[in-house]
Amino acid sequence: MAKPAETRATGISVWLKAIRRDRKANVGAVIITVFVVIAIIGPWLAGSPDELVGMPLQPPSTEHWLGTTGQGQDVLAQLVAGSRISLAIGFAVGLTVVLVGAIVGVTAGYFGGWVDSVLSLLFNVFLVIPGLPLAIVIAAYLPTGPFTLGFVLVVTGWAWNARVLRAQTLSQRRRDFVAAAVVAGESNFRIITREILPTMTSLMVAQVIGSAVYAIGAQVGLEFLGLGDVSSVTWGTNLYWAQNDAALLTGAWWTFAPTGLCVALVGFGLTMLNSGFDEITNPRLQLERIWRMFLGQRRIKPARSTPVVSHD
Amino acid sequence: MRFILRRLGFYLLAAWAALTLNFFLPRLMPGDPAAALFARFQGQLSPEALKALRETFGLTEQPLIGQYFTYLAHVLKGDFGISVAYFPAPVSEVIGSGLVWTIFLAGTAVVISFVIGTLLGVAAAWWRRGWLDNFLPSAFIFLGAFPYFWLAMVALYVLGFTLGWFPLGHAYGDDLTPGLSAAFVGDVVRHAVLPIGTIVLVTLGGWLLSMRNTMIAVLGSDYVNLARAKGLSPTRVALRYAARNALLPSVTGFGMALGFVLGGALLTEIVFSYPGQGYLLVQAVRNQDYPLMQGIFLVITLAVLGANLLVDFIYLWLDPRTRERR
Repeated sequence: MAKPAETRATGISVWLKAIRRDRKANVGAVIITVFVVIAIIGPWLAGSPDELVGMPLQPPSTEHWLGTTGQGQDVLAQLVAGSRISLAIGFAVGLTVVLVGAIVGVTAGYFGGWVDSVLSLLFNVFLVIPGLPLAIVIAAYLPTGPFTLGFVLVVTGWAWNARVLRAQTLSQRRRDFVAAAVVAGESNFRIITREILPTMTSLMVAQVIGSAVYAIGAQVGLEFLGLGDVSSVTWGTNLYWAQNDAALLTGAWWTFAPTGLCVALVGFGLTMLNSGFDEITNPRLQLERIWRMFLGQRRIKPARSTPVVSHD
Repeated sequence: MRFILRRLGFYLLAAWAALTLNFFLPRLMPGDPAAALFARFQGQLSPEALKALRETFGLTEQPLIGQYFTYLAHVLKGDFGISVAYFPAPVSEVIGSGLVWTIFLAGTAVVISFVIGTLLGVAAAWWRRGWLDNFLPSAFIFLGAFPYFWLAMVALYVLGFTLGWFPLGHAYGDDLTPGLSAAFVGDVVRHAVLPIGTIVLVTLGGWLLSMRNTMIAVLGSDYVNLARAKGLSPTRVALRYAARNALLPSVTGFGMALGFVLGGALLTEIVFSYPGQGYLLVQAVRNQDYPLMQGIFLVITLAVLGANLLVDFIYLWLDPRTRERR
């Protein structure tokens, strides 16, 4: 673990190279980039989402590309404005959830004993309690707003990451390099942050992406129920108003279809990015890929079942 | 036996944690929920009703620890307090009317999606890199990215509203009386096709992927190679040797997925005006009916814990190792 600055620099270029090499990751990266750009600059171009621009429930036309809502606002403007808050909450929650999960999981896995027993019990209990009903009960007691939503999503979402990271820490803990660090007299904090955590970077990046998918979906669900700030414009509240204005029974498909498609596209893009990363960072899949390339060069068709190559 | 006892202990503990969380949440949060309700219902409720409301929250003059034990005793008796939205009906009565529908909807959907998804996963792993394996996982990742309730809205709009193939909501037609008649059962199935179908469609991919990935690893193991070398039929190797062992992680995941699917099912119910817990939940949120919300939370949690215990029994039956050693 020499020169952290240098490893970090090569780290990012390794990720970029990985994305470029894998087709799935490529597709995912393009989708996510487009949405992030729209979320950042879009609201300035698409006009005000709250302004009443015409008759309510107008179908898509050249003037309003995606029609108007039940109140007479422009659907496209609302969609674009909504992407900003929805994505911001999604990524912020994704990061926080993994951070909390890492603190709990790594502590449990590293210290073992009663610390592990207590913390494992805690996240196992949180895993088995159904998330949405718990989220609703907590959110109902707090003032509505983005921070409440974020808080609720973190409370209901951290446990899975903690569990995975605990298992990972447990296996790292037994390795020789950790034993060497202990013998060398390094402090526990230093061993965790400098020796163990760097070995789990790729896993944690994958977790952040996976958690962001969860956070965006769950956030839209909670807002759809009316637990968000219904006066703000987000993807979830758009759907809430569409349902409230009986969009379905008046046939106004344009008020809910585009929003759901965007949610799905973002989720799909993030998942693709993740599965692309997995093919690269998972040593087993990596070896398999090299093996198949080797066979391909010699024009041998790979057998049906793949030879499983262990990496230890 | 020890395995079951340990799991049972864990679920009891989880149930207690949920109960305790439920007790402390209203007390830790800013503001007094009862006071908010007093303001809301000022002049509409009699003084006795207001007093009953306050007691519903357990906000009596008792010390906290005393309140806690009173609360536990009430919950154990099945008394969750009095609903605000359906005043003066007790929460347990309100919940009881919708519980059957939610369990029917979520339970059927989870089982169907697990069976189909797992079988597709086996097929995808067996014909690795075939068209099935190339196409299905991506397609279902895409479908799985949709919010449950949004897919439900689209299905309702296209198949129900535009094409008119399915009813637009509720669990059965108004003109039928509930009973075990063929007409009633047929009508319930017709009403359930769209909600169950959308949940299955969204959740299928998870089972497919997890089964496919474990299956691929299992297919490379020695005992599967041996089974092949012995000349056993491919079906037997695929299902009895590989799939049975690859199933274990999926079964473990089943319990956890249940809570997640139930959450999605609640939202789906809202779209279809299905008379289950989801509909009640919306009423509770709109009317700030805290006792009802908390009652639903508790009942759903207990249902999920019970289902998890059931899954553990199945696991015990599937994996002989848990029976012998522990």
